[in-house]
Amino acid sequence: MNGAAPLLSVQHLKKSFPIKKGVFARQVGAVQAVSDVSFDVARGETLGVVGESGCGKTTTGRTILRLIEPSSGEIRFEGRDVNSMGTSELRALRREMQIIFQDPVSSLNPRMTVGAIIREGLTIHKLAEGAAADSRVRQLLQEVGLRPEYSTRYPHEFSGGQRQRIGIARALSVEPKFIVCDEPVSALDVSVQAQVINLLVDLQRDHNLTYLFIAHDLSVVEHIADRVAVMYLGKIVELATAEDLYREPIMPYTQALLSAVPVADPHARKERIILKGDVPSPANPPSGCVFHPRCHHPAKDEACARIVPPLEEKAPGHFAACIKQTPTTITWEQQRQAGGVHRPERYLPLAAVHA
Amino acid sequence: MTPTPLLSIRDLRTYFYTEAGVARAVDGVSFDIGAGETVGIVGESGCGKSVTALSILRLIQPPGRIESGSRIEFEGRDIVTLGDEAIRDIRGNRISMIFQEPMSALNPVFAVGDQVAEVARVHAGMSKKEAWERAVEMLALTGIPDAEARAKQYPHQLSGGMRQRVLIAMALMMKPALVIADEPTTALDVTIQAQILELLVDLQKKIGTSILMITHDLGVIAETTSRVIVMYAGEIVEQAAVDDLFANPHHPYTEGLMHSMPHIGHDQERLNVIPGTVPAPTEWPSGCRFRERCPYSWDRCEREHPPLYEIGVGHVSRCHLAIEPERRNSPHPPLVVEEGVAAA
Repeated sequence: MNGAAPLLSVQHLKKSFPIKKGVFARQVGAVQAVSDVSFDVARGETLGVVGESGCGKTTTGRTILRLIEPSSGEIRFEGRDVNSMGTSELRALRREMQIIFQDPVSSLNPRMTVGAIIREGLTIHKLAEGAAADSRVRQLLQEVGLRPEYSTRYPHEFSGGQRQRIGIARALSVEPKFIVCDEPVSALDVSVQAQVINLLVDLQRDHNLTYLFIAHDLSVVEHIADRVAVMYLGKIVELATAEDLYREPIMPYTQALLSAVPVADPHARKERIILKGDVPSPANPPSGCVFHPRCHHPAKDEACARIVPPLEEKAPGHFAACIKQTPTTITWEQQRQAGGVHRPERYLPLAAVHA
Repeated sequence: MTPTPLLSIRDLRTYFYTEAGVARAVDGVSFDIGAGETVGIVGESGCGKSVTALSILRLIQPPGRIESGSRIEFEGRDIVTLGDEAIRDIRGNRISMIFQEPMSALNPVFAVGDQVAEVARVHAGMSKKEAWERAVEMLALTGIPDAEARAKQYPHQLSGGMRQRVLIAMALMMKPALVIADEPTTALDVTIQAQILELLVDLQKKIGTSILMITHDLGVIAETTSRVIVMYAGEIVEQAAVDDLFANPHHPYTEGLMHSMPHIGHDQERLNVIPGTVPAPTEWPSGCRFRERCPYSWDRCEREHPPLYEIGVGHVSRCHLAIEPERRNSPHPPLVVEEGVAAA
C-alpha cells in the first residue's frame, strides 16, 4: 500500500456459526466460516476474493457490511469502527457501502417496479423525492445501459443480465464509495457476463468506486481485480497482486486451483494437479495447515500437520501461508521439532502456470 | 466420419406450444455421433442444447413435442417413432444421461448403492445380490473411496462431487453405447470439476462409450471433445473438429463467444462483448437469427436464412460470410447496442 490510509481495513475477522442438535437446540459445535482474516482495501482498488464453495468468501463480504454479525475482529471503514456502530450509524454507513448479489432473480422484489426498487434507497437516505427522484432513477437506468422507460416495468420482464444491471443501479443510487460484488456474474451467460463486467469497470472509473469482488471464477477475477485474496476453509491462504498471483502462485492450494481451470485451447492441454478428495468440513478442519491432507508440495511432512502457517510475505507484496515455500519465518529447527523431515524449498509446478 | 454412425439426427424439431406462442426450441438440427466419439454441444441458455439432449431420450413433456419429420436414428431404430416399451429399454441401458444437478437426480430416500443397483435389476434382470455387487464395483471404478460403505449411504450424506460420481456410475452401469452429459460439472467447484472431467475421459477409454457433452464452457469443450457443435437460437450455427474450431472459428457468434471469455494470462482492458441478448424462441428473427447482434451483417442476412455452408473438411458454418468473405474486413456496430427487453 502506498502509505495512504486504506478505505477498508479488516483485522482478525472471525465468524462462527453454532451447530445445534436435539429438541433443546443444544450447541454441539461450531462451523468456523471465517477464521482470522485480515486485509486492507485501498481507495479505488478492486480486491478479488476467490475460493471454492464453503471457503468463507461470501460470509466475509456480508460480515463487512454487518449483514452478518461478526463473532470477533475489527472492521474499519475510513477509520470508523464498523463493528461497534449502532443502528442509526449503521444505516448511514450503508449509504457508503453497498452490495450486488449473485442471483438477480431473488434479490429484486417481484412486486415492485424497477423504478420503485431503485428509488427505495433515495427515499430511505432522503437523497431525493418527487420529480427529482424520478429524474435520478432515469439517469441511473441510463448509466447502467437500460432505457429510462423501463422504470415502470417489473423485474420478471427482464433477462438475467438486465436484472443484474437493475441491481447495480440500485447499489449506485445512494452514491456509495464501496461495493461488495458477491458473484455478480456467475449466474449469467458468457456473452452477457462480459457486458456486465465491462459495465462494472466503467462505473468504477467514473465514480472512483472501490470493489470487493467475490467470485469462484478465476479468470473473471484476474480480469477485474488489482489484488487477489485466495480463501480456503475460512482463511486467506494467499494474497498478492493479480499479476503476481497468476504468474507465480506460491500456496500449493492456489497452484492446484489455477491448474484446474479448463483452458479454451485444445493445444494447451496440459498437466493438471488433481486434488485428492473433497474440501474438509469447516466444522472439523484439519490441524496445522488446513490444506495439508490434500497438498502436493514435495516437502510436505508431519510439520505441516502440526504448525499453523502464518500468512507471510514471500516476495514484495506477495503473501502466502505455507511453511514449505521459502522464505518462511518458521525456522527449520521449529519444523524439525514438529516432526518435519523435509527442508522447505520453493516449488512451482508447470501445471499451475498459464502461459 | 464413420460409415454408419451410432446416432444420426436429421431435421430434429422440438417445439413447445405455450401461451406466449410456439417456442421453436430446437429447429431443424442434424448431426451424427460415431462409435466411441466425444461430441460437444456448446451454446448459451435457451440455444436448444438441453432440449436436443432430452429429445434424444424422448424425455420431452407436453406442451413440448417432437415434430413429425424429425428423425433420431440410433442403432438402426428411429427413436422418434418407437413405442414406450422399446424406448424404456434404450434409456439407461443403451443411452444414459448425466444431469447437471446430482442432488435432484438422485432419490433422497434410497441408499445410493440401491439406486445404482436398480439399473442392473431393471435392464439386465440381475438378482438383488448380483446387482448390488456390480453397483459397488461401478462405484469403486468411479473413484469413490471405500465404495462398499459409501453404497449404503444416502445422497445427503455425500458431497456434490461424490454424488456426481454416483450418477456417473449409474449412467455407465449397463456399459451404454452413448452417454449424454448435460453440464455435468457446472454445479461443481473447479478442483472437483477437474476430477470429474478426468474421470469421464478415463472411463470412456475403458468402456468405449460415445459421449455427447453439453456445456456452456468452451474450456470444458476444448479439454474433453473431439468434435464441436455450436448452437444458437435453436439451430446449429457451426460444427467442426475441436482443433479446427478453436483455430479458425468462422461464425461470428462462435467468434464472439470465444472473445468474450476472459483468459487467464491474457491481459486485456475490456472484454469484447456480443451486444444484446438471445431472442425469444417464440419469435426467432427472419433471415439470420444472429443478424441483429452481428458486426458483419448486411442486407442478404435479413433476406436469406443462411444454410450450413461447408467451409472446410468437416467444418460447416451457418453464415453468408462463407460466400462473401471480404465482408469480414469491414465490421460495423451491430444493430442492437443494448440488451433488448425480453418478450413481455
